[in-house]
Amino acid sequence: MLDHPEDFSFATVSGNRGLDQEEPPIFEIGRPETTGVDMEEPAPFASRLGDLERKRPIGLPGLSEPEAMRHYVRLSRMNYSIDAGLYPLGSCTMKHNPRLDEKMARLEGFADIHPLQPQSTAPGALALMEELSRWLLALTGMSAIALSPKAGAHGELCGLMAIKAALEARGEADARKTILIPQSAHGTNPASAALLGFRPRAIEAGADGVVSEEAVAAALGPDVAAIMLTNPNTCGLFERNVVAIARRVREAGGYFYCDGANFNAIAGVARPGDMGVDAMHLNLHKTFSTPHGGGGPGSGPVVLSQRLAPFAPVPFLLRDGETIRLVEDARGTQSLGRLTAFHGQFGTFVRALAYILSHGSDGLAQASRDAVLSANYLRAALRDVMTQPYGDRACMHEVLFDDAFLEGTGVTTLDFAKAMIDEGFHPMTIYFPLVVHGAMLIEPTESESKRSLDLFVTTLRALVASAKRGETGRFTRAPRYAPRRRLDETAAARKPVLRWSAG
Amino acid sequence: MSGERYTKDHDFLRVDGAVATIGITDFAQSQLGDIVFVELPAPGKRVARGEQLATIESVKAASEVYAPISGEVLAVNEGLVSSPDAVNKDPLGEGWLLTLRVENPAELDALLDEDAYRAFLESEG
Amino acid sequence: MRYLPLTQEDRAQMRAAIGVADVAALYADVPEALRLDAPLDLPRGKSEMLVERLLGAMAKRNLSAARAPFFIGAGAYRHHIPASVDHLVQRSEFLTSYTPYQPEISQGTLQYLFEFQTQVAMLTGMEIANASMYDGSTACAEAALMAHRITKRPKAVLSGGLHPHYAQVLRTISHFAGDAIVSLAPDVRAREDIASAIDESVSCVIVQTPDVFGNLRDLTPIAEACHRHGALLIAVFTEVVSLGLLTPPGEMGADIVVGEGQSLGNPLSFGGPYLGLLATRQLYLRQTPGRLVGETVDADGRRGYVATLSAREQHIRRDKATSNICTNSNLCALAFSIHLSLLGEAGLRRLARVNHASAVDLAERLAAVPGVETLNERFFNEFTLRVPRDAVQLVEHMAEQGVLAGVPVSRLLPGAGLDDLLIVACTEVDTVEDREAFVAALKGAL
Repeated sequence: MLDHPEDFSFATVSGNRGLDQEEPPIFEIGRPETTGVDMEEPAPFASRLGDLERKRPIGLPGLSEPEAMRHYVRLSRMNYSIDAGLYPLGSCTMKHNPRLDEKMARLEGFADIHPLQPQSTAPGALALMEELSRWLLALTGMSAIALSPKAGAHGELCGLMAIKAALEARGEADARKTILIPQSAHGTNPASAALLGFRPRAIEAGADGVVSEEAVAAALGPDVAAIMLTNPNTCGLFERNVVAIARRVREAGGYFYCDGANFNAIAGVARPGDMGVDAMHLNLHKTFSTPHGGGGPGSGPVVLSQRLAPFAPVPFLLRDGETIRLVEDARGTQSLGRLTAFHGQFGTFVRALAYILSHGSDGLAQASRDAVLSANYLRAALRDVMTQPYGDRACMHEVLFDDAFLEGTGVTTLDFAKAMIDEGFHPMTIYFPLVVHGAMLIEPTESESKRSLDLFVTTLRALVASAKRGETGRFTRAPRYAPRRRLDETAAARKPVLRWSAG
Repeated sequence: MSGERYTKDHDFLRVDGAVATIGITDFAQSQLGDIVFVELPAPGKRVARGEQLATIESVKAASEVYAPISGEVLAVNEGLVSSPDAVNKDPLGEGWLLTLRVENPAELDALLDEDAYRAFLESEG
Repeated sequence: MRYLPLTQEDRAQMRAAIGVADVAALYADVPEALRLDAPLDLPRGKSEMLVERLLGAMAKRNLSAARAPFFIGAGAYRHHIPASVDHLVQRSEFLTSYTPYQPEISQGTLQYLFEFQTQVAMLTGMEIANASMYDGSTACAEAALMAHRITKRPKAVLSGGLHPHYAQVLRTISHFAGDAIVSLAPDVRAREDIASAIDESVSCVIVQTPDVFGNLRDLTPIAEACHRHGALLIAVFTEVVSLGLLTPPGEMGADIVVGEGQSLGNPLSFGGPYLGLLATRQLYLRQTPGRLVGETVDADGRRGYVATLSAREQHIRRDKATSNICTNSNLCALAFSIHLSLLGEAGLRRLARVNHASAVDLAERLAAVPGVETLNERFFNEFTLRVPRDAVQLVEHMAEQGVLAGVPVSRLLPGAGLDDLLIVACTEVDTVEDREAFVAALKGAL
């Protein structure tokens, strides 16, 4: 198995390598009778389950507390994290997650209140939701807000439903079924549109990487319900024709949905409301740093323009003099209805507000400017060795490279990314946006020191030089210093094993 | 009529009288990468030219196969359920997808022969 | 600003390296008219201490469950969370990582999701489970869409025992997606005739057990009726602890099982973030929404895990995806999985027994209160009371006495003429004293 001398994978008896410890699934270490939770058995009583009591064992393993600690601590050590290093995933905004926010979300008065306790017993929670709304509306320059969407994609559904509800109110929902979406959009955009019975139609960006007013004008017609535009877009560029595009769409009877995933470039610097946006989701787990948690929970509040405001989902906040009330009943309103049980990701609202209050209006703008400055610093430091698909021009908070600089090296974008793992970095977003060949989208965020950025630059420049020198093994065999080497995704998909089983 | 025909969508047809065996070309399989799943229609289903016929999934992509001609699905390659990799290994042989009863032979005339397909591939670079 | 590492000197050096005089030059693509020339008229940044003071004051205005005898459920439940759970989910490597796009350095996340999927499949009695949805209500809506894709019949029948919020979410999405919904009338005593609502046009029947009123329902005859007509049975639960003691939906013939997983490992947190569970048959694998983690091997032949069958998902299939979901509830799934690993089979069963015993005890005490009637024949840890006055006012009155008594049915079903019904939940957290306080406060409020 030792096919190359530097491979020490099997060099230890245990399979561990010092601090890198292997850990089998709980089903191989736990036992059904073991438990890490002590609890008194109830006194004998007459069951009210009738004949619906479980008759067969479940098969769940139990762990004592020390075993559980060890299991999960060992698993945690197999993960990369923003706390441990630069995490430049483009379009994901992996910034520092303040622990104050976690502490605030765990205050008993926030964590230990029930969504259905009388509203009169939770005025602080409603005040918090109102305060967060006030900030988000001010930052975006919009008229109304729906707090309940659970993540960005859920926010897209909310915004598109509001648009459809508005079209229904105008009697045009059947005529307007088309949604214009640039090819560079997140996959969630066409997926959300299709889910609601809209027909996504692609529009092309120009050679400069942004959508032109003319391209939109040519695509508009009486069948168009809306345009979905990400701004700044996923190529790291500000859609500079946005105002004219918004005007054209409005004049043609359509609405403007903005994917707000990249709001971190412009928070406190420019407002979507001034751009003519009708609906936009904010990813609180990106821009406002409620931690991403390895894939959620997210939070996707949607801000709405005046003309979509009446269609906001329930529940929504209503201030009545000194009292704030949560309106839960959609009857008698134009509300599009309910998107989720209860009131949304309240725990992330607390975190986002702690983040926002800590920054203030000045800090938020500074954070955006630093994020943009850092991305451009990387662009300037790498532009002579890596290639940019739309020429060397100022980017927003993320910088996009293509794989032209790797041509003839035998190294792919994937290989290049895997070599970054060996160097201690999380790779950038790769092969997205789809419009750029071998795309590498780098978003450093405002959380990196100059020292950290410089180390990243030095490493990337050295890797490019190495690839050009023909040291392909460094790339094609990478990663070598991760908890696992490359995994066989083909085998996983051909014969899916989605749960543990004995033997 | 018999012989092999190709489409600009990189499908191939082996025509034997009124029956056409349909698959994807070697170029198509190489572009898709490791194929992990093939979804095929039920035999007996009638499709019009251009309608979705099958879906081929690789690890990182999913690609629809559209009917190159109109006709009724006669048989599908059941072997692909357990061995989708046959499409990678032998797309024109063991990796065939299905057979169609040719409804309108004139539709075959619009397709490419082997030389024309080769020229098309070269022109695409 | 304490979160921003760049110094003024760093910024100056970086601008020089880029070749711009000021950062405004980098915003050149933003039309002048759009740029804010001064900070928004909002408060300036605050120290950690000041933020704590502000938010702490807001938190104090809420009556938390810890400060009152507490009997509220109806879709979210207060359980004791072991201290180790919250410690572990706050590990940097779990809390501050992204979706596992690079499996070689995300094995921690991928392995716990694989374990989570297995635990959920075991609990529900199903073959496979996904790596989580947003919450129970959205998982329920996704299950209906999944059934529509499988059966190619866009019509769902909703039991009158389904949580009204879940039914509302289904109605919202069905309206905008152009699918049909048949909602049966509120069914307080679990006596509805679902079978007669099923015919060849129906894609799925959605039934909750324990239902929103606390009733246990035998799904077997409903599953048989569904399958006779080629429809699928979607079983729903909002209290996952009940599965420690009850026959799982999979054993009763359910085709898709969805539910809320908040009860294990996740605090009430005023309604979110919670955890949607979704389990189904292997047969429907490719129609399943959301992320799936599978076992495989790495280049050295070592066992490892990857996100798999991605061709179903939005980032590849775009408008043909099975769902638009991307970010889900991973960290909540981790909390769930740790809590359940700590409990184990023995601990979960005991926890469920304690919950049930607590509810039975309260129901028995209430039987002695004149004018109050418990409507349920079979229940787990939640039941519905008929009270001789408006339940909303009753609950407000009891809250003033310091008891958080339950959920008035009219809050969930306004205008349904069910103003005298109150849903009451018990868990292991209640003490005998709490239950005595409930009875006393109730008597005082009648």
